[in-house]
Amino acid sequence: MLIVLGLMLSGVFVGYFLRGKKVARWAGKAISLAIFVLLFLLGVSVGVNPQIMDNLTTLGIEAIIITIGALSGSLLSAWAIYKFLFTAKETEDTI
Amino acid sequence: MKSSIIIISFFILGVLLGRFDLLPAILQNNDFSIYALYVLMFLVGISIGSDEKAIRAIRNQNLKIFLIPLGTIVGTLLGVYLISFLLKNRSATDCLAIGSGFGYYSLSSLFITEYKGAEMGVIALISNIIRELFTLLFAPLLVVWFGKLAPISAGGATTADTTLPIITKFSGKEFVVIAITHGILVDFTVPFLVVFFCKI
Repeated sequence: MLIVLGLMLSGVFVGYFLRGKKVARWAGKAISLAIFVLLFLLGVSVGVNPQIMDNLTTLGIEAIIITIGALSGSLLSAWAIYKFLFTAKETEDTI
Repeated sequence: MKSSIIIISFFILGVLLGRFDLLPAILQNNDFSIYALYVLMFLVGISIGSDEKAIRAIRNQNLKIFLIPLGTIVGTLLGVYLISFLLKNRSATDCLAIGSGFGYYSLSSLFITEYKGAEMGVIALISNIIRELFTLLFAPLLVVWFGKLAPISAGGATTADTTLPIITKFSGKEFVVIAITHGILVDFTVPFLVVFFCKI
């Protein structure tokens, strides 16, 4: 985790000095390319793995359940923050 | 939206080629190199650091704006933790690693594949794609039911790019800066939280 943190922060640092330069735009393209290749390879390792291919429905259901948890939690926190921090002032003003 | 479709097409192309045995053996026995991910992280850092608009947006905010990404992160993790008890095959930390993608499906599924294998990588990919799609499709309803911050929180790490147009439309223009700041900050936490939950 420290390696990831270090690499990303040093990237931010390097990027800060490269801002406005062509290299910075090149980074965005390199990211897309790397993601395309890596996800293609993930696709391949899924395709050749019968254990995953035969269980895609189960894996999909598990994914949906996890997403329901993630979305409910974040929607409730958004609702609370909006209600107490964004609309509280307006009600004070109207009083 | 266009780039999401391209990314998913690459994944599906890989699945089909792998499934029907259309690839040379070297590719089939591939092992995702952690080093490729390290390079990717460095590049992501560069793209954030060199983004003048992003840095200016964050610098000009008051403290309140940081509460929204914090709420998204805490809310997501709590929700995932509670629902993980329904999934008997998966540990709470596995579920939390998947939830920590916050809709950033490309990066999070690659990290999870590296640490937990392709099966978990697939769940992460599907789960985080659903999160993005749900936000795109239901943003208007979310605003009505949960207030104007709801599409931002639901969009997670995607609110600085793919879901920004729809947020602008349904939450309003005054939420654009909030959405961008939110997207950048949540984006930034994805690799750390994912790796953290994969390792504990």
